[in-house]
Amino acid sequence: MSHSHDRTISVEALARVEGEGAMHVEVADGRVEQVQLRIYEPPRFFEAMLRGRTYLEPPDITARICGICPVAYQLSAINAIESLCGVGTPDGTPMPDGIRQLRRLLYCGEWIESHVLHIFLLHAPDFLGYQGAIEMAADHRDLVEMALRLRKAGNQVLEVIGGRAIHPINVRVGGFHRAPTRAELQEMVPELQWGREAAIAATRLVAGFEFPELDQGHTFASLRPEQDSLPPGATGYPIEDGRLVTTTGLDVPIAAWPEHFHEDHVEHSTALHGRMTDGGTYLVGPAARFNLNADRLPSEIADLAAEVGCAEAVTNPFRSIVVRAIETVYAFDEALRLIDAYERPESPAVEVRPVAGTGHGATEAPRGILYHRYSLDEEGLITDAVIVPPTSQNQPAIEEDLLDFVQAHLHLDDDALQWQCEQAIRNYDPCISCSTHFLDLTVRRR
Amino acid sequence: MTGGIGRPTVAVWKFASCDGCQLSLLSAEDELLTIAGEIEIAYFLEATREVKEGPYDISLVEGSITTPDDAERIRQVRDISTTLITIGACATAGGIQALRNFGDVEAFRSLVYARPEYVDTLADSTAIAEHVPVDLELRGCPIETSQLVEVINAILAGRKPVTPTHSVCVECKLRGNLCVAVAHGTPCLGPVTQAGCNARCPAFDRGCYGCFGPAESPNTPSLAAWLEEELALEHPDLVRLFRSFNADAPAFRRESRRHEPEEVAT
Repeated sequence: MSHSHDRTISVEALARVEGEGAMHVEVADGRVEQVQLRIYEPPRFFEAMLRGRTYLEPPDITARICGICPVAYQLSAINAIESLCGVGTPDGTPMPDGIRQLRRLLYCGEWIESHVLHIFLLHAPDFLGYQGAIEMAADHRDLVEMALRLRKAGNQVLEVIGGRAIHPINVRVGGFHRAPTRAELQEMVPELQWGREAAIAATRLVAGFEFPELDQGHTFASLRPEQDSLPPGATGYPIEDGRLVTTTGLDVPIAAWPEHFHEDHVEHSTALHGRMTDGGTYLVGPAARFNLNADRLPSEIADLAAEVGCAEAVTNPFRSIVVRAIETVYAFDEALRLIDAYERPESPAVEVRPVAGTGHGATEAPRGILYHRYSLDEEGLITDAVIVPPTSQNQPAIEEDLLDFVQAHLHLDDDALQWQCEQAIRNYDPCISCSTHFLDLTVRRR
Repeated sequence: MTGGIGRPTVAVWKFASCDGCQLSLLSAEDELLTIAGEIEIAYFLEATREVKEGPYDISLVEGSITTPDDAERIRQVRDISTTLITIGACATAGGIQALRNFGDVEAFRSLVYARPEYVDTLADSTAIAEHVPVDLELRGCPIETSQLVEVINAILAGRKPVTPTHSVCVECKLRGNLCVAVAHGTPCLGPVTQAGCNARCPAFDRGCYGCFGPAESPNTPSLAAWLEEELALEHPDLVRLFRSFNADAPAFRRESRRHEPEEVAT
């Protein structure tokens, strides 16, 4: 441990993130010179493995990129393929309301499962001063039991609709293999009603945590559904589709992605780094969605957000845990609305015939925009695939945050600084295995 | 057990994988706090930053070996573990990333990464048992939480865990599912795939796609011939059917190779 002006801090394996990552900080003469977020998740080459597979296979194959958000991968892949093949497009085969409702409902289940995992089991221990949720359970058993019950409610949605919570089996290009009955969905209502109320209480609880100051003025990017595409009763907070919007004024269809965003490959990471075409960094995720779509929350949830200090845009990443809790309330609320509106489709899927060309698709994974692009030949075989997960888009901005955060906290000893840095990284709920292509902290003070 | 009369120490390790199998432990919502009271979670980075030094009584290993560093790390894990249990298709068969074993990893690396020289990787993705002795394996992509709970219970009780090695077909019969292959003409790997999922897919009107890998003594040539004759599957369809999450499990690997065109077969 050192308080000298020159030092190096290394976190060799970052805990409570999904996947493997490390962080390296270089300090010289009391100035932070460099922060590197190292992703050492072994590369798995999904984009290469997809070549030669059929247009029907990406939902099952890309689900395996991430065990925490498989539905995000399944539905981004489906959006890309269906848009290319003329399904659910303005002049293409219409997509029945029942299938759309089931997809959004399934996704609500994943938001609940993933957000609750992160808020209570991965992130809350930082704020309450515990090494992890199991240690936290010794003093806060009621809290951990509530979190486990909330997760179970989300996993139940995934199981009833998806057939399995991790890597759902029932999702296919065109719809589902089997559509659940209204009665099967209705059975979940009492637990979802409990979950909605418990999530509201949980939001007030996490809003009471102490948040270090940090505001970097980042650009935020999210999806935003078109107003006239919304079904009656829906407020249209972005989940499973929408146009691409940013806080710098961009508003384009998903197919325009390659013109506005790209990925760089840097030596210290097997996750590629996402940047805007002008070279700027940007953030995706709950804060981005909230800042660009707060007007799309039902009034009761917007009132809750204002009550817990989120009346304005949320720019301090440490407060992202509060937004994640608000979104959890929304996911329960929206699930209840969707179940009420659900009409079982006549057929669980529409037929999708392959079309040669390139299709783009994106959805709001729990961690932010997940973009997929596929090129197909006439037979429907994949000739090219590109997958841009949320964590690789956030990584450059996280490094910028850390640079300033470490500079402001250099007075801390190495152990304390390490924990604070880990906490700053966990603000973004980084999913390292999702970075298809994550921590370990080293600080070198010279 | 290490440490004498104390609770057994458990470590959870990750290699190349999606985290889904270790997440299955956190997803045992009803049992998690009870289990946590019976065992000592000594190393589980996804759940806690608290790290207790080994050796460990039980190591749960997720993921496959794909880098030179990981090939060394798994030997160290074996050295400090009394019982080593592999969990999931990546650890037991190389996982979906073993599709590289059928292609050219150099081409894969250049395709995905602009600067391939930054990425250190082995030519093949391999199961843990190809590197170190494994005491017990749990199949599945992902594993079933109930099977993981059964294994932990069995170890705590000092008995052998009950995990089936028969096929998904048996589960379908027990569950009363209609046979999707015979009744609907849906291609199904159920006759050759190990049970454990309670025949989830046929219960959703879908054919089994092989998450649990080959069952004991699978007659894959017979199933492939039936799929060709009765459902008119062509060789490329059969290659893709057998070549997914358990592509490099020996029985599935042999069967997919049999249907490859001569010129690309190796």
